[in-house]
Amino acid sequence: MSKILMISPEKCLGCRSCEIICSFNKTNEFDPKHAAVTVLAYEEAAIAVPMMCMQCENPSCMKVCPVGAIEFKNTGAVVLNDDKCIGCKMCISACPLGNIIYNAKERKMVKCDLCGGEPKCASICPSEAIQYKEATSTNLNKKKIIAEKFKEVFGEVAE
Amino acid sequence: MFGWTGVLLRVNLTNGSIKKEALNKRDADLYLGGRGLGTKIFTDEVDPNVEPFSPENKLIFMTGPLAGTMATCPGRYEVITKAPLTGTIGASNSGGHFGPELKFAGYDGIIFEGKAEKPVYLYINDDEVTLKSAEHLWGKTVFETTDELLIETSEDARVACIGPAGENLVRFAGVMNDKHRAAGRSGLGAVMGSKNLKAVVARGTKSLQVAAPEEFLQACLDARGKMKANPVTGAGLAAYGTEILVNILNQSGALPTKNWEESSFEHANETGGETLADKYLVRNKGCFGCSIGCGRVTRIPDGKFKSSGEGPEYEAGWSLGADCGVKDLAAICKASFICNEMGFDPITMGSTIACAMEMYDKGILTREELGRDLAFGDAEAIVEFTKMTALREGFGDKMAEGSFRMASMYGHPELSMSVKKQEMPAYDGRGLQGMGLQYATTNRGGCHVRGYMTAPEILGIPQKLDPLVTTDKAMWVKIFQDLTAVVDSVGICLFTTFAIGLPEISSMLRTAVGWDCSDEEILKIGERIWNLEKLFNLKAGFTKADDTLPDRLLKEQVKKGPAKGKVAELGVMLPEYYALRGWDAEGVPTEEKLKELSI
Repeated sequence: MSKILMISPEKCLGCRSCEIICSFNKTNEFDPKHAAVTVLAYEEAAIAVPMMCMQCENPSCMKVCPVGAIEFKNTGAVVLNDDKCIGCKMCISACPLGNIIYNAKERKMVKCDLCGGEPKCASICPSEAIQYKEATSTNLNKKKIIAEKFKEVFGEVAE
Repeated sequence: MFGWTGVLLRVNLTNGSIKKEALNKRDADLYLGGRGLGTKIFTDEVDPNVEPFSPENKLIFMTGPLAGTMATCPGRYEVITKAPLTGTIGASNSGGHFGPELKFAGYDGIIFEGKAEKPVYLYINDDEVTLKSAEHLWGKTVFETTDELLIETSEDARVACIGPAGENLVRFAGVMNDKHRAAGRSGLGAVMGSKNLKAVVARGTKSLQVAAPEEFLQACLDARGKMKANPVTGAGLAAYGTEILVNILNQSGALPTKNWEESSFEHANETGGETLADKYLVRNKGCFGCSIGCGRVTRIPDGKFKSSGEGPEYEAGWSLGADCGVKDLAAICKASFICNEMGFDPITMGSTIACAMEMYDKGILTREELGRDLAFGDAEAIVEFTKMTALREGFGDKMAEGSFRMASMYGHPELSMSVKKQEMPAYDGRGLQGMGLQYATTNRGGCHVRGYMTAPEILGIPQKLDPLVTTDKAMWVKIFQDLTAVVDSVGICLFTTFAIGLPEISSMLRTAVGWDCSDEEILKIGERIWNLEKLFNLKAGFTKADDTLPDRLLKEQVKKGPAKGKVAELGVMLPEYYALRGWDAEGVPTEEKLKELSI
């Protein structure tokens, strides 16, 4: 099994610690506008949603890249190889989720690479709104919540 | 430059000029940023006897070297000016996202001078900085103003603004940012209103650098680890917000009740954080880079106080609750939401209503004068007078002056529970002796966050002190005052100090700005800031006689509970405190001390 990034917007504090550490890890600077993760906050609905590349199994960015700079890694990450990249930015247009951005200062694409298998956003998140874990059925929160409701309704009293 | 951006904005509202200035590195090294650096610049440039609402008063927004980085809770900025409520140096700190955004736009701070002829707002979009007309926004609430400005400028921008309270020169109006966060105390928003400055909008896309990235990362991760492991910052505040303190203070017999006539509230639990979480909490919210999440997104789903917003936090919940004898949490929430929406300080608001309630109770204020009855416990009254005060309607016009001026109009200043005309917050200085000394000596009047003696006296952080004795309290107050001056100046949240202390803060600071100095030298900066503030107040006419507490705390004994029979023993602690500070018997810093601090 391989691990995936799972987001739980209902737990997000909107603190953007993930943006801060992501940008620092990638550039050694604090530059949240150029982080590979972005937190989108909706004031009225009282919710904030962390968004980052979900490492597609059939990635449009990889298909459109004219020089083969986007590759699968054994961590499950779809990684953009800066050495091969010619900066055509087609991957930005191709991504259906808008999860590749351009850092004009460094003149390169920014895309989540799962930090080589230890995503910093998940480790810094104070409220477990971003978690990095095995994509097993028991880890899928929604399934669990429904199952627990069944337990409440039909379960035997243990005491 | 590392930590700092190295650039300040100077905006003259009278003639509309906008200049970019290099940060004075020597001042930054001596005063850090935020409260310290802002006070240094302010005291260098402004006459201590300036009238707060005159164009000659200046208004400074200042971030610190750790703001916007991944330090612990690095979302803070400070607003500095001469305060209209107290006449002292005014400095108030706020979280949210505005401060970091200002730094990402490339500025450590903004100095506003003069007064605009018509309402304006400042729009900072990275290098492009412009003053724009705000005539269409005048009269609008904080929420309306913020929403309109985000449409008008950039939806990714951050807004700091005033509401109707600031425009109406309510003496305790705040500067509000990100809608619900406030540089709330001492009336700094009214100074902004007096300058016809409706808002500051910041949008920044630049980056911040630190001197030693790897070491800084390690220092931040170590500090964040301690925050996570600590029961207050890692669990308690997230679960119940700051309102968790209601029951704790009540059990300690130090929850001021009914304008401090009593020190415990029989309905405390109905107004506490546990009840709030149970009944009205929708979600937790964090400021920029926060790992605590004490912010409360709350909703009153039905009933006559149906509403939604953020908060209340502990002080607001107390002032509008126990201090007014009000047990209806929905009404407390509603009144607190109005304070955010209209842009003013709920501590002074609730305390002023409580003071009026006692005056009504004693027959000093009548139904005719007030326009309605105002008995302790009247939930509808707190909501109604909060609205009226923001707009200066009816008796609200007098409440808008704060409790001291209001009570003085009727010849009863002793009924105002304030120090230097600023209302004391939610900890009884008789049941917490150290807190009493802190209130009396704080440079901005009655205040809990200039020292936060609640930590050792109630929570046992970093060690448990007996709250009822005076022994060693002067020493603790001094250290805590100096430490909080550092915290407010580097740009991180005071709540981090429940879990981390001087060593952790110093490690982050040193590696961020590239210093090689001891922890003690950094604490010395806090002492320098404290003394600079004190000097300003002395020059503004304050004396030892102002370093005091209301007679109620000095003479009236606590009636029941653990602190029964206690009064605030200020007379014992104050001389000891002055001596520890290196001040003379009149509370004036000696030449020797000022030389030692390079002031």
